[in-house]
Amino acid sequence: MTASVLFDAPGPRTRARHRIYSVLGVVALLGLVGAVAWRFQDRGQFAYDLWEPFITPEYVQALAEGLLDTLQMAALSIVFAVVFGVAFGIGKLSEHAWVRWPCWLVVEFFRAVPVLLMMYFVYFAYGVGDGGIGAYWSVVIALTVYNGAVLAEIFRAGINAVPRGQAEAAYAIGMRKSQVMNLVLLPQAVKIMLPSIISQCVVALKDTSLGFAIGAPGLTFVGQQIYGEFQNQVQAAVVVTAIYVAVNLVLTAIATWVQRKYVGEKKLVVPMIGAAAEDRGILPAP
Amino acid sequence: MDDLFSNFDLYLKAFGVTVALFAVSGVVSLLLGALLASLRVGPVAVLARAVSVYVTLVRNTPLLMIFIFMAVAGPRLGYTFKSIEDLSVGDWSVSAFFFRSCVALSLYTSAFVCEAFRSGINAVPLGQAEAARAIGLTFAGSMRQVILPQALRATVPPLVSVQIALLKNTSVAAVFGMAEATFRMKFFSNRNADDRILVFLAFGVGYVVLVEIVSFAGARLERRWAVAR
Repeated sequence: MTASVLFDAPGPRTRARHRIYSVLGVVALLGLVGAVAWRFQDRGQFAYDLWEPFITPEYVQALAEGLLDTLQMAALSIVFAVVFGVAFGIGKLSEHAWVRWPCWLVVEFFRAVPVLLMMYFVYFAYGVGDGGIGAYWSVVIALTVYNGAVLAEIFRAGINAVPRGQAEAAYAIGMRKSQVMNLVLLPQAVKIMLPSIISQCVVALKDTSLGFAIGAPGLTFVGQQIYGEFQNQVQAAVVVTAIYVAVNLVLTAIATWVQRKYVGEKKLVVPMIGAAAEDRGILPAP
Repeated sequence: MDDLFSNFDLYLKAFGVTVALFAVSGVVSLLLGALLASLRVGPVAVLARAVSVYVTLVRNTPLLMIFIFMAVAGPRLGYTFKSIEDLSVGDWSVSAFFFRSCVALSLYTSAFVCEAFRSGINAVPLGQAEAARAIGLTFAGSMRQVILPQALRATVPPLVSVQIALLKNTSVAAVFGMAEATFRMKFFSNRNADDRILVFLAFGVGYVVLVEIVSFAGARLERRWAVAR
């Protein structure tokens, strides 16, 4: 067991006490699981025909298509968000105040506005009706601007994390501003930012489920159709959640692997909304 | 836009509901998150493992799915939370919708709060604990005077950003029948088709103001607690 900052290595009496706590803990957890299982049994939620849709090929296929839509929306919005983020992140670092301030305003606004508000706005203003862009693209656009604004901060922090000497040396050998950014700063910054970008993919993937509110395709929507048909709300919620969790765990594993392989222990510090840039850091936004 | 100004009380009331959701779930999630964190870093391996499973599950679940569990799947299992409407303190009573939304938001946010506390504790170097014990402080003394003050300070920035995320996440309650700010934006947006952008900006600015207030309070708290290192 590794040493903990909170507790000394336990002696024999403490170990005995911990054993008692462990037993009590196991009993409490089993009690909790048992209560839920009993409630399932009591309400007949273990009935085979409520679970059957999730092993019936056509519904499995519908779920798979829903998952594909979800992944597509998340991937598209992340790709667009990276473009948005690079543009506004560099804009915020600009030496010209007339570029910096509008970029700052846009980024701060879209970071503070809930994705769902944005989604409703895009959908009802531009999405519905003939010639509208539809629910799918409304989701993609809403996610793009939100994640783009978050990524802009990540890019800015990443570029600032490159040691100053790098830019100074590049200027000293006669590079121009765009060359310094493209050849020296960005390539080094991207490496530091990769894990944050992948964690942002998890956020985007989770947020695609909000498309449910405007009837966009996706995993949650398919789940709704299935429980609308079979009245198996509990089972549909369990299965859909399990799929989300599994996909997100894979993404998180990739982020951890990238961090270990390319970045090491160094953590990126991203300032919070509305805060002075230098004095604070956050975890990736929930 | 006239519609929004002449019904400005609806705008304020909507943000009132948003703030109420945020305040209740904020406090509950902090308490629940602190409890989870104390189990997570505690010496009882079984409980630490159980909390870690809970945190991993909840962090990777979309908030919308937790709302679906509460509002759609819950009633099928007999959890309607209707009985909460019978409880009333004076003139105050809580609707089942509000209660359900707060439960969903608190369960979701507490996982992130737990992680924020844990990262704060992890930020205290092991040498601090060793030095505290070496100069003869007891367990309680080293906790109170050395470890927790440092851990709590390191916890403030991530906690504030978790709470800001909670403030924005209250919008999801709109999908499940709470008449809060996002719900009202939809309402006004559909009544004033020509002014959709202005309506959106009006509600967006409302959120920005709330977020800035929380953020500012967090920054003040952090500065007040700051120590020279």
